[in-house]
Amino acid sequence: MIKRDWIYAWALLLPAFVFLITFTHLPAIQTLLNSFWTTPKGRRASVFTGLGNYEQMLSDPVFIKAMVNSAIYAAITIPASIALALIMALLVHRSFRGVGLLRMSFFTPTVLPLIAVANIWLFFYAPGFGLIDQIRLFFGLPSANYAGQPDTALYSVAIVTIWKEAGFFMIFFLAALQTVPETLREAAAIEGCSRWTFFRRVTLPLIMPTTLFVSVNAVINAFRLVDHVFVMTKGGPDNASMLLLYYIYETGFRFWDTAYAAALTVVLIAILGVVGIGQFFLADKRVHYK
Amino acid sequence: MIQDTPLDRFLIRSAGTLLGLLWVVPLGYAVWAAIHPPAFEARFDLTAPLTLANFISAWDQAPFARYFLNTILLVGVILSAQLILCTLAAFAFARLEFPGKSILFTLILMQLLVMPDILLIENYRTMRNLGLVDTILAIGLPYFASGFAIFLLRQTFMTIPKELDEAALIEGCSLLGLLWRVYVPLGKPAMLAFGLVSVSHHWNNFLWPLIITNSVETRPLTVGLSIFATTDSGTSWAVINAATLMTSAPLLLGFFLFQRQFVQSFMRAGIK
Repeated sequence: MIKRDWIYAWALLLPAFVFLITFTHLPAIQTLLNSFWTTPKGRRASVFTGLGNYEQMLSDPVFIKAMVNSAIYAAITIPASIALALIMALLVHRSFRGVGLLRMSFFTPTVLPLIAVANIWLFFYAPGFGLIDQIRLFFGLPSANYAGQPDTALYSVAIVTIWKEAGFFMIFFLAALQTVPETLREAAAIEGCSRWTFFRRVTLPLIMPTTLFVSVNAVINAFRLVDHVFVMTKGGPDNASMLLLYYIYETGFRFWDTAYAAALTVVLIAILGVVGIGQFFLADKRVHYK
Repeated sequence: MIQDTPLDRFLIRSAGTLLGLLWVVPLGYAVWAAIHPPAFEARFDLTAPLTLANFISAWDQAPFARYFLNTILLVGVILSAQLILCTLAAFAFARLEFPGKSILFTLILMQLLVMPDILLIENYRTMRNLGLVDTILAIGLPYFASGFAIFLLRQTFMTIPKELDEAALIEGCSLLGLLWRVYVPLGKPAMLAFGLVSVSHHWNNFLWPLIITNSVETRPLTVGLSIFATTDSGTSWAVINAATLMTSAPLLLGFFLFQRQFVQSFMRAGIK
């Protein structure tokens, strides 16, 4: 027998699920299916190719470059922004004159659009005009084009990400530091324990759930946000700053190779899926947040 | 170790100030260039004349008024739709028992990982089939059902005491009446928090709007700014910086005025 509550519940959920299924679940499934077919070209219809698109990836130097870059980018931005966020939080979690201003200067980049941030940094890096180049010239060094040189482009982009994200992660650490009980601090003082030992043995374990939460966010953002690449480098020069999502955009919307782009998207979803599963298991064991 | 010595305090403040300065320099440099004539964009002279000419020239060179309107419409439409759809759904998850509840909730949570932002190609195809390419509605549609909003509101609704339900139902209140008279008022702080996060997220969103729009009438600010900044028309850095600050100004202003609410909303939205 169907209860009245059931009907109400389904009716309340229906509108949200229509949108959710149409724009998230169905496209995800469709992407997976399309990745096994070829892109229709002109009069040539799409044909089933099995794992053909995935085999193509293995011999695609740009894809490999994008994967390596994404890995380097994640390996730099995630630990650096988390470490800086923690340092910032430790610096501003007690009150002193001007602390509000300091917190604000750390948090402001979070509010700015990533596109605007990219413009600001492009100017900062600009050869000749930018502040960095001015400092170089002041010391008699030759002009450098950080965002435009293959050996520095990826790192220039990574620094922008760190600048934008550290302040955002800081607020979570700030909240977590407030929960470290004052009595522990007193007990540690009586035991004569050093500042560093207290941090390593008491503070760090206590804020572990926050660190995990922040890490998951940082990983997702590392793969999901590429707006600044559009402004700063366009993946170049010579694919030096090519990231996976940017490559998906190029493949799908500049070369219109939708089937290959679908396969690339599946790779991205798989990476995010692994992160999600990892979070689920880690969260169960070590961490309590809900 | 509890009491900071004066030396500790000095070290902490110096390190903080140093890092703080490092953090404001890029933005400060852009502001400097934007409010001075182009001749001073790389020359530090405190006596340099201040000017708004760069802002005026940016405003005249591209249809920023239209971009502002588009973005305001966009965030307004998205937030209204999100609040309505997600409040209804969250209420069902928080208060009603029904078959399929946990599966449906899992489907909602999946969106926190696989968000529409990365399903570009299929969503573009859907919009083309619906005939909606290059409309403001198309930019917003994929975000209407926000798994995140449903999750956040459900958590809030679950903290509301059930006694209120019973009292309201005894008084003859319908289920929707209960939602409207009890849950929505009590859920307002959470909705406000979500609202701030949603507005700043969609004000700043870029990739999907870039793909789905191709005319001035639909482009939001971020896309307009990126086009303005990359045209090789020899636009000076001073003007580009002015445009950049202009497009971020409403959010920055809101942030400076309601700093506490912003920080708390972002935090609340993250932790729950």
